[in-house]
Amino acid sequence: MTAVAPLALPTLPAAFQQSNVDYLAILPLLIVFGTALIGVLVEAFASRERRHAIQVTLAVAGLLAAAAAIILAAKHQGLTMGLTDGSTNRQLFALAIDGPALFMQATILLLGVLGVLTMAERFGGVGPDAFTPSGASTPGSATETAAARAGALTSEVFPLTMFAIFGMMLFPTTNDLIGMFVALEVLSLPLYILSGLARRRRLLSQEASLKYFLLGAFSSAFFLFGTALLYGYAGSVYFGDLSKAIAAGPLAMNGLLVPGAFLVFVGLLFKVGAVPFHAWTPDVYQGAPTPVTGFMAACTKAAAFGAILRLGYVGLDTGRWEWTNALVLVALLTMVVGSVLSVTQTDMKRLLAYSSIAHAGFILVGVLAFDRKGVGAVLFYIVAYGFSTIAAFAIVSLVRQNGAEATHLSQWAGLGKRYPVVAGAFAFLMLAFAGIPLTSGFVSKFGVFSAAIGTGGATGTVLAIVGVLCSAITVFVYARVIVLMFFSDAPDDAVEVVIPSVSTTFSIAIGTLATLALGVLPSALLDLADRASQFVR
Amino acid sequence: MGTLVQTLASSSSTLSTYAAGLATHEGEAHAATGVTAYAWLLVALPLLGAAVLLLGGRRTDRFGPVLATALSWGAFVVGALVFLAMLGRGAEDRAVGINLFDWIAAGSFKVSAGLLVDQLSMVFVLLITFVGSLIHVYSIGYMEHDADKRRFFAYLNLFVAAMLLLVLANSYLLLYVGWEGVGLASYLLIGFWNYNPAYATAANKAFVANRVGDFGLSIAIIVMFFHFGAVDFATVLGAAGSNANQGFMTAIGLMLLLGACGKSAQFPLQSWLGDAMAGPTPVSALIHAATMVTAGVYLVVRSAPIFEAAPTAQLVVVIVGAITLLFGAIVGCAKDDIKKALAASTMSQIGYMMLAAGLGPVGYAFAIFHLLMHGFFKAGMFLGAGSVMHGMNDQVDMRRFGGLSGAMKITWATFAVGWLAILGVPPFSGFWSKDKIIEAAFIGEGWRPWVFGLAALLGAGITAFYMSRLFFMTFHGKKRWTDDVHPHESGKLMTVPMIVLAVGSAFLGLILGPTGLFTSWLEPVTGAEPEGAHPVIPVPVLMALTLVLVAAGGALAWLRYWRDEVPVTAPAGSLITQAARKDLYQDQVNEALLMRPGIHLTRSLVFADSKGVDGAAGGLAALVGGTSSRLRKLQNGFARSYALTMLAGVVAILGALWVMS
Repeated sequence: MTAVAPLALPTLPAAFQQSNVDYLAILPLLIVFGTALIGVLVEAFASRERRHAIQVTLAVAGLLAAAAAIILAAKHQGLTMGLTDGSTNRQLFALAIDGPALFMQATILLLGVLGVLTMAERFGGVGPDAFTPSGASTPGSATETAAARAGALTSEVFPLTMFAIFGMMLFPTTNDLIGMFVALEVLSLPLYILSGLARRRRLLSQEASLKYFLLGAFSSAFFLFGTALLYGYAGSVYFGDLSKAIAAGPLAMNGLLVPGAFLVFVGLLFKVGAVPFHAWTPDVYQGAPTPVTGFMAACTKAAAFGAILRLGYVGLDTGRWEWTNALVLVALLTMVVGSVLSVTQTDMKRLLAYSSIAHAGFILVGVLAFDRKGVGAVLFYIVAYGFSTIAAFAIVSLVRQNGAEATHLSQWAGLGKRYPVVAGAFAFLMLAFAGIPLTSGFVSKFGVFSAAIGTGGATGTVLAIVGVLCSAITVFVYARVIVLMFFSDAPDDAVEVVIPSVSTTFSIAIGTLATLALGVLPSALLDLADRASQFVR
Repeated sequence: MGTLVQTLASSSSTLSTYAAGLATHEGEAHAATGVTAYAWLLVALPLLGAAVLLLGGRRTDRFGPVLATALSWGAFVVGALVFLAMLGRGAEDRAVGINLFDWIAAGSFKVSAGLLVDQLSMVFVLLITFVGSLIHVYSIGYMEHDADKRRFFAYLNLFVAAMLLLVLANSYLLLYVGWEGVGLASYLLIGFWNYNPAYATAANKAFVANRVGDFGLSIAIIVMFFHFGAVDFATVLGAAGSNANQGFMTAIGLMLLLGACGKSAQFPLQSWLGDAMAGPTPVSALIHAATMVTAGVYLVVRSAPIFEAAPTAQLVVVIVGAITLLFGAIVGCAKDDIKKALAASTMSQIGYMMLAAGLGPVGYAFAIFHLLMHGFFKAGMFLGAGSVMHGMNDQVDMRRFGGLSGAMKITWATFAVGWLAILGVPPFSGFWSKDKIIEAAFIGEGWRPWVFGLAALLGAGITAFYMSRLFFMTFHGKKRWTDDVHPHESGKLMTVPMIVLAVGSAFLGLILGPTGLFTSWLEPVTGAEPEGAHPVIPVPVLMALTLVLVAAGGALAWLRYWRDEVPVTAPAGSLITQAARKDLYQDQVNEALLMRPGIHLTRSLVFADSKGVDGAAGGLAALVGGTSSRLRKLQNGFARSYALTMLAGVVAILGALWVMS
């Protein structure tokens, strides 16, 4: 009788060792992920009538709980955890819970709350107004009603959004290239679907979704290729090792390092819409359901800039001289192309898309300061821009003609005379985008430009000057919108502003007030961003 | 993070009061305790009134005026309590700094918004709140039939708040906020009846003339920041007293003086005050006689260490004061409009104060003393003039007055007290303050005491003439009324404030002057009067000389405007009379020197702008637009092109990197 083999527990290969995981440090991530999973269950088991209410409540509650958990996590900073290769003692999958990561997580969570609240808008209908229950039917048609009756509600957007938020939170937290890639895909896939769910102008939306997916896959390929090259260079994907390897590495290997570093950046720059990887932005921003656009513009940008900061300041910091020039070129192109192209836009959503491209350029200027001050300024910029942009897109979703969003600029003529409050709020947000003092936009731009001039050397100064000139160009664009709203006569078939529910009103109000508050009293957040600007290695 | 303005709400809960370590140039300011900690209410109460009335709209029409008046009295009560608390402390412990909140923190440049409650600011606080509140009461009667009186009271409250902020500020920057605030309130109130284009123009004129002065003040603040790196009184005045660069001090002093000239209607920025009489008479009494126009004197006295470190600037202050006191007096002799005559007199009296303020420690206390006395008697006389206008269908031409003493007994009596006070007849208040200024002007060596002393002396004589002329033409002599007027005494709401002010004009000088109460009160701030400084003419002789001149001026007026018939239309008059009627051609001078070259400059600038700047801007815009249209074509909607763009971008940038390395 041979002894009965003990029941083999599924264990990791001997070479890999599980580090001690500090669950409090990753509690925010776990909460969001758990909420998303529960959302899937709700989708399967909750009754149709109550599903929307449950999903919205669940999502908001999960986000707020995760935001509260950040306070706990902040006491557990500095941990790098994950799998360790037992034979070489190398870390394979690592999370860095540090100031920038937690700041970004909190930002994404709070902006996510506003995004979810905007998506939840129903205007009295059964499902979320912006999303279609059946991609083949026209809004309000019998087919659509039949689809809704058959149970094809669109409350799955909330779990999808939660998964995206989970990916976004993971993105700036991962401390190795593979983890970063996983996070990139986790955040992207739900967004591809969300972009294609628009209820009106469905073909545009579906086209946008497909384009976003194709180009996103393309950029992911660049990222992976870059990862492969860097692994070939350093023999590791862990940022700590990468940094050490570059410091010690021979110049002869630069043939691997320089393209590798840049290609990895390409994958991230794609997500923020930096030129020349921006081409998807206007099409997708225009096609996606407007609340999704606002959410993407604010949160994806935050997550991707968090990742760019970590890659540039932790993973590839020692090889900075090799890749800085590439990023400088990208920043210059992004600012110039974004602002120049915004001049001739005639569609509000495309205009805001190009504005978002230009802003990505301005934020890159802050990244290129290579200093803690620059990190703080970038963090501040992302929060300020996020609040303004979510509110702006939420307002765009209210201005309608015959039930559909009126996004052509000419349709906005004379809006200020008939709806002074809404148009006033929008005008204020335009001023913030333009960077007029007493708005958060001014403080943000001042922060990144002064950081660039302070520590970015001659390049930083050039970037700041170009940034200021490009800001001047964009002022024209925003001022034109304001002039159009307040000083032009409304056309005969004038648009109307539909009255939103409490949730959308809340996100517009919070977004606008935050824009004002961060412009008038920026010091609290500036201090916080400054304190959160230290990376753990 | 750079220049970021922090403005924290100063709600009572967040209000922190602690010793700001404000070293005035004489001593340390102490921590605010007890009632003094609530000194911010002085500004907050009237500001609240203005906000409620302006934001509340027509809903507040009914109770607005009473609310505004109550809040103004509330500010007075706070002021009185703070004053009593101050009296309870020793002379050296009276100055108190109250830090409200960190206002601006931009790198090394920090300004905290705070109040400086010391002896000097307290004098102003009591004057502003007391006279201001009386005038609020008077206005309830005066503006009774005005449809828009809510707005009027809102502006009055706004003015009181801004003026209190001006005198309580602990830094030049916060003072500047109040300075602009009173300018705004003054502008709004001069043009209160702006449906009359002439009144609206008067408001604009006041605004523009003040703006010139304000530029001076702002430049002074900029130079201060450049030189001292700070703008709070403690640092600036402390440093000015010790090791200061005289060139900088002169520059700051002259620029401060420019600001003071604008606000206080001193030569050469005096032209707006006469026209400012377009505002309702209570406004003329409060803003353009008792308080706002004296802000320039406050500024000079507050900045004493700067002027003492810059003798040139100090001399210019005296010269400006002397010129203005004569200028105003001469203009006052020829005006037939009762309010404009009073305005000229105000200008002249502030000239006295300015002269005294420029004399240094011998004059500071008397400048402020005269300011206080003037606040009482001039406000009283303006209110009297308002009462007369009320009874005379809003006429202002004194040639159509006369013999009103019978019809308006209370107005006549209170006006008479004010008249005796401004003449400097003992024991009325003006005697104790103006005579001291004349004495101080005669102190010194060389040519100065003779020039400035004689100017002040001569001014006293002319003052006696034109004020008596005004008084006699209005209240005595033959009745020259137009047919449709039926003069009557005004109601209690108007007469009681006049009586209170008259009592003050009669006795306040006697109480505070000869007893030395006032000078010793101010001594910690303005410094002691130097020992052994004697006028070049013995004091009794000087006093007698002054009284003789005053009597002569009064007698001349009596002869011409009481005993003799006053023609109802103005006679042609001598050349000098004609000039004086036209304010010594000041408007013409301004027009020739400033307006016409200004217009030509503007025109040529507009030309250059449209041809050069607009051309360049237009070309640039066309370039951007064109580039934009061309670049737009790249965005063709095909995913394959977009992917190609990305690939081309990657290749191009990697190629560029390769070339660069």
